[in-house]
Amino acid sequence: MLNKVSNTAMVSLVAILVRWCVSLHPYSGQGKPPMYGDYEAQRHWQEVTVNLPLAEWYANTTDNDLQYWGLDYPPLTAYHSYLCGMAARRLNPSFVALHESRGYESNAHKLFMRYTVLVADLLLYFPAAYCMMRVLARWRAGRQEFVCLLLYPGLYLVDHGHFQYNAVSLGLFVLAVAALSSNRDCLGTVLFCLALNYKQMELYHALPFFFYLLGVCFRQGGILGFLWKLIKLGFCVVMTFTVVWLPFASNADVLAQAVHRLFPFERGLFEDKVASVWCSLSVVVKVKTLVDNRNMALICLLSTVVCMLPSSLHLFARPTPRHFRYALLNASLVFFLLSYHVHEKTILLAAIPACLLVSEEPFMAAWFLTVSTASLLPLMIKDGLMVPLLGLTVAFVALTHHYLLPGTHKVARKTALWVWMRRTYYLSLAGLVFLGGAAILVPPPPKLPDLFPVLLAIYCCGHFIFFCLYFHYCQFTIKYNAASSNNNTHTASTSNNKQIQRKVKAN
Amino acid sequence: MATFTRNQSPASCQGGAARTPLFCISICIVQHTIYSQTAAGSGRPSRMFGLAVIGMSCLKLLLLPAYRSTDFEVHRNWLAVTHSLPLDRWYVDQTSPWTLDYPPLFAWFEFLLAKVAQFFDAAMLDVNNLNYASPMTVLFQRLSVIVTDLVFAYGCKVCGEEVGRVGGMGGPGLLLVDHIHFQYNGFLFGLLFISIARMLQRREIESAFWFSILLNLKHIYLYLAPAYFIYLLRSYVLLGPFPARADKPQTSRLAQLLRLVKLGVVVGMVFSLSFGPFIMRGQLLQVLARLFPFRRGLCHAYWAPNFWALYNFADKMLVVVGGRLGWQVAKQGVASMTGGLVQEFSHTVLPSVPPVATLIATALSIVPGLVVLWRSPHSPWQFIRMLMLCGFGSFMFGWHVHEKAILMVLLPLGLLCLLRKGEAQVFMFLSIVGHFSLFPLLFTPQETPIKVTALVLHALFTVQVLRAQWGQPLLHAIENLYLLGLVPLFLLLELGPGRLGLGEGLPFLPLMLVSVYCALGVTYSWLKLTYLVIGSAWKFKKKTS
Repeated sequence: MLNKVSNTAMVSLVAILVRWCVSLHPYSGQGKPPMYGDYEAQRHWQEVTVNLPLAEWYANTTDNDLQYWGLDYPPLTAYHSYLCGMAARRLNPSFVALHESRGYESNAHKLFMRYTVLVADLLLYFPAAYCMMRVLARWRAGRQEFVCLLLYPGLYLVDHGHFQYNAVSLGLFVLAVAALSSNRDCLGTVLFCLALNYKQMELYHALPFFFYLLGVCFRQGGILGFLWKLIKLGFCVVMTFTVVWLPFASNADVLAQAVHRLFPFERGLFEDKVASVWCSLSVVVKVKTLVDNRNMALICLLSTVVCMLPSSLHLFARPTPRHFRYALLNASLVFFLLSYHVHEKTILLAAIPACLLVSEEPFMAAWFLTVSTASLLPLMIKDGLMVPLLGLTVAFVALTHHYLLPGTHKVARKTALWVWMRRTYYLSLAGLVFLGGAAILVPPPPKLPDLFPVLLAIYCCGHFIFFCLYFHYCQFTIKYNAASSNNNTHTASTSNNKQIQRKVKAN
Repeated sequence: MATFTRNQSPASCQGGAARTPLFCISICIVQHTIYSQTAAGSGRPSRMFGLAVIGMSCLKLLLLPAYRSTDFEVHRNWLAVTHSLPLDRWYVDQTSPWTLDYPPLFAWFEFLLAKVAQFFDAAMLDVNNLNYASPMTVLFQRLSVIVTDLVFAYGCKVCGEEVGRVGGMGGPGLLLVDHIHFQYNGFLFGLLFISIARMLQRREIESAFWFSILLNLKHIYLYLAPAYFIYLLRSYVLLGPFPARADKPQTSRLAQLLRLVKLGVVVGMVFSLSFGPFIMRGQLLQVLARLFPFRRGLCHAYWAPNFWALYNFADKMLVVVGGRLGWQVAKQGVASMTGGLVQEFSHTVLPSVPPVATLIATALSIVPGLVVLWRSPHSPWQFIRMLMLCGFGSFMFGWHVHEKAILMVLLPLGLLCLLRKGEAQVFMFLSIVGHFSLFPLLFTPQETPIKVTALVLHALFTVQVLRAQWGQPLLHAIENLYLLGLVPLFLLLELGPGRLGLGEGLPFLPLMLVSVYCALGVTYSWLKLTYLVIGSAWKFKKKTS
């Protein structure tokens, strides 16, 4: 017991240590006026939320120039920025002085910002990973998930290196999955709504959540049970949204403006070089010039929904926690590959569900996590975070080889297919090394300045399509035991039976 | 639960610990845990060790932009000096204040590094390019530490194999000192470990060879030389190699002389290779003057937590108390001692300490141990104990001791801590205090979380491993209380004197408190270790007689 506690503490400490080491490195847009990067965006949001009345946060006014990193995340982000901004003002008012603090950079400020991310991690993400471990312990798993959630490099490279607060929304998401897996459906719903209200990107996971809960509702027995459950869950959703948005509800214009800010269709199909299908396609066909933005958005929406339906409908028919986790990964992968306005960082939304599957699929999940980390390379080169990315990727591969993969040796020897899979794995790593090395070392030909990032993106895109198909296959073939689908009633009935048996014996 | 772990055989516990993921990670972070028991349970020890080393090196890469002390510039200057100046200018050049003051082999080491460095950034090899630190320079210097650290990994591996079931542990000390503060200690301790492993394998000549190379790389290891001298003299030269062969008389004068010559030739060869070129140019005295600068003060600017820290503190207290009682006390020494920059100062009430006194005190502190070593021939473990005591004695009483020197005690002690419970207890206690005393070395706020997590990680890991080996009560309640006292001390140190209202008057008060508080713990550990070594030898003798 004591060993377990100290093991958990040690993994957490290692996670903190690595996070902090990454945070010594530069952040996005460090010393790059006039726009800087995501770091300045977060600082600017603190400035705006602390200094302006709530009604002006999302509005374009003389004091709030939306062209300069206007707030475009849901209210919880704004509230979080407000809290951080208050702390910043206490420490040093010039951190968040209105107008004057634009592009403010100093060592003390960097330290402060890095600490805010670490605090958010410690308060939300670490406990979430711990809860997940406790919940999964029921299926004799969880430790590997815990280690992976905390040590998956992509997340803290983006959060502590590039600078964002993804751990908050992802922490809420993990908590929600943990709550649903332990049959606390209402709590899970509330948590997921909160995640959605922190970052609209969580929409990637919305469909599996919806179909899982719908499936659960249908299994309540009788039309009354179904309705009652549906009403409960609907009430949770409505209440959460109401509470979060209430401060903005004083004026319809304010509300409309805020909602409009959240879905920026004027931004392009994809940013930079992303490993999505559209970006890879555009090497052959110039999609951007062929179709205008509005139509493209429609095409994206349609293709995404169509491709997501199989896994989601399957989940609807079989709403078990295992299927749920597979469906989450599948849905977010499809979203990443096909949706509109994708960013490299968005792969995190697929990577975290993959972390939740490492004890089911140690080999494939480890492979996927490695590739997803490597796909961040172009972004990290731009931010000056190349060295930590390389170091952490290699370290992560070493960790998976030491910790996750040994268990798969026995399986791997059994079938020829797995032997081939392992060979492909090493080949794929070699390809990553080759492309990554080329992107870093070889100066690209002057006609094609983005040659290697594009090649890397296409390479990763191929991988992601393969993983997407593979995990769909897994989801459709895992064993489904109807009795265990409704865990709550099942365990309750067995324990009842045992009690009855005991009583009989005692008599 | 505790009883459950105690009832398990130690081996199975260790196997369990080895299979956890943490195991690998903690090797990576807590840096260098040799733990050969990994071999027993999990199949492929060398592969696992390799993976751990790879992971570890990658994580060290992350510390690239961390704080660097002036030692970074010192080593850059040495690169430049050895690369661009002729041999006879190496120990004469004074362009930079950081003149070359390591023995010649280290200069050659820098010379070799410079050959690689020119591919990174040739500008760093210019002698006049003071305080030059381009990104490529930083990358190269940090990489050179990480790569030469592989020697340490190798040293750990050979030691671990030799030790068999018993393993040893380092701590986060090297991580802080080498990869943040910047030095090449990992490389040097690697050589020391190789030498120790050879001694355990009873290949004394090779051991002496590696140790003399080490001496010619950094002369601070001279403090360990007495143990080598006594052990080699008694167990190798006088008594002969260990499993004594019946057909060969080993203790005849001729055989003894032969072995002495053999040893002398090996050691002499290394020294002549190192110092020879300078002797031929008539620069021996110049080199020696650089190596042993006695113009420095008794204590470093930040007092290393040793006996002299307590001595200084007592002097200060006497000044204060004396002032209250109305004694006639000269006031001029008061500010200078805590002033940080002053190299020489005199004590006010207590007599001032000349270098000779520290030398005598050091010698006296290690004599009992050496006697024990003389009386227990052919026992390499006893030799490692003495090695550790020699390092400890010099740390306690040496002249101008640096706080980093505590590593010379902790690393050999880590080898011993799975062998005897007493030593495990001291290791547990001393490694926490010792690493804590390294904290002021890294004073920039951005490294604070690194120091803290590394130390806590080390403590947790040590507790887990040692508890699996030795059972529950490792530390006495008072020792635990003392360790808890480090927490408020840390807060005092980090929050700084300015915020606590101590103002400008006493800027060095927290530092002084840290070093005095740590000095108490270190002195206690030293007494306990000396008692353990001498006491156990005494008991052993009683039993046999």
